[in-house]
Amino acid sequence: MSNLEDLYREVILDHYRTPRNKGELPPPAVCTEGSNPLCGDEIKIFLDVRDGIVHDVRFSGHGCSISQASASMMTTAVKGKPVDAVRAVAKRFKQMMTIEEDDGSTPADVKLGDIEALQGVVKYPVRIKCAVLGWNTLLEGLATVGA
Amino acid sequence: MLQRQVGGKPIHYLDSANSSHKPNRVIDAMSQFMREGYAPIGRSSYTLASDASNAYEAARAKVARFINAPSPREVVFTKNATESLNLAAQSWGRANLNEGDVAVLTHMEHHANIVPWQMLAAEKGLEIRWVPLTADFQLDLTSLDSLLRGAKVFAFTSMSNVLGTINPVRELCDAAHRAGAIAIVDGCQSVPHMTTDVQAWGADMLAFSSHKMCGPTGVGIFWARESLLDAMPPFLGGGGMISEVRLDGFTCAELPAKFEAGTPPIVEVIGLGAAVDFLSEIGMNEVRRHEIELTNYAYRALKDRYGDDITIHGATNPELRGATFSFAFRGVHPHDVSQVLDQHNVYVRAGHHCAKPLMRLIGANATARASMYLYSNENDVDALVEALDDVSSIF
Ligand SMILES: Cc1ncc(COP(=O)(O)O)c(C=O)c1O
Repeated sequence: MSNLEDLYREVILDHYRTPRNKGELPPPAVCTEGSNPLCGDEIKIFLDVRDGIVHDVRFSGHGCSISQASASMMTTAVKGKPVDAVRAVAKRFKQMMTIEEDDGSTPADVKLGDIEALQGVVKYPVRIKCAVLGWNTLLEGLATVGA
Repeated sequence: MLQRQVGGKPIHYLDSANSSHKPNRVIDAMSQFMREGYAPIGRSSYTLASDASNAYEAARAKVARFINAPSPREVVFTKNATESLNLAAQSWGRANLNEGDVAVLTHMEHHANIVPWQMLAAEKGLEIRWVPLTADFQLDLTSLDSLLRGAKVFAFTSMSNVLGTINPVRELCDAAHRAGAIAIVDGCQSVPHMTTDVQAWGADMLAFSSHKMCGPTGVGIFWARESLLDAMPPFLGGGGMISEVRLDGFTCAELPAKFEAGTPPIVEVIGLGAAVDFLSEIGMNEVRRHEIELTNYAYRALKDRYGDDITIHGATNPELRGATFSFAFRGVHPHDVSQVLDQHNVYVRAGHHCAKPLMRLIGANATARASMYLYSNENDVDALVEALDDVSSIF
């Protein structure tokens, strides 16, 4: 058990059991779909972006505790933030997941806060893609709205 | 391998439907051949090469006997079952199917028996029809004859890799023939676990993989009736499959060399031969009996402990299913289930098992699947049951 506690931290299980910002947003909010072909997880991210600010964000779909908790934590982290700040957090997150190099371009004051609880995922390489599914879909969504 | 410990605890390998472990005699046969008998086959006339060719052909004869094929000439070695099914579609299908022709598949196929037909359908303009499933995930045969009407080929699995459902192969082959279609059996899941008799089935083609039946990876089997193989164009071109090559063309070698272009997986075929010996000596009826008992045991152990908290998909009668269980546990996502089980060295697979159309019918994006084989035992089942308890304690 002791090993799994690293993966399934209490905050993560909390976000999994009571996901934040779960649901949909009506148009003109933009919906982007992401999926994990290998495990079948599917997610939709709804983004309401105006004037360079993520005014609102929701997610729906199904997946394992890691993908759901990660998406939930992501929505709380990015809601109300300027798009640039959102991109910086996403970048920092991917660096933590070891799928992107830290090229020093992200300012040191970009902090992940609670999301750092997902650090334990790195030890389970097959689960990394679960954790980044929501984030990648979010980035795609930002690209579609041209923000 | 199965004696191995991880983190000081024994392992419980419950992923045999994916790929099986190998007995020592298979490993030994391969290493002994490489140490003492290795030579290229078919081309060179020195003694060692002809001994190696004989060993290779002896393995082919063993495989032929194992599936009760009328002749070893009908047994073609490929890379895996996937290649065998592509061979069926690309060689037989391309030569025999034209625009508007109908191919029939079932809702419980592995992607390996779907995509090759879809590729051909896109190229040729074929129609693909699907045999639906009943509520308890058996093939729904009520409208089979009308589905097959006008069809040229019916390709189906003998056992579902997700549900363990055993299909009535004989009945399905008969139905295909009544409609004038050929019957292609994806035997990946049944050949390793029960008696195979292509003649009693009345099948026209059969595909399966060595690595799921105690043999090594890297070799698959394609069997087809000699008359069909004779009429089929070659699949891959190159050395070994020709009898003559001139600047203006080539003529094909005899069967089965016609379908074995290039240097074949010689060592792997030797290993497969040893695996067939191993299974034949134990007896496929005995393998099946062991698995029925174990399935019964597992079903009861899981249900006694967890009742309605566990949903085991598919048939409940162990006579009608193989030792492969897909299950849902207390609404916990299969990834999370398998992650916790992994902590207890209980190895199950979580995912869509390369059968997405079937997963859609089950109404899940993924399931956790435990699958057993002749070396699995009650300890493995007990370990699974115990470890699931930990899943409930976390989620
Ligand atoms: C029913 C079925 N068909 C085809 C395959 C493909 O076998 P291979 O990956 O060895 O080509 C599998 C293996 O997972 C299977 O279970």
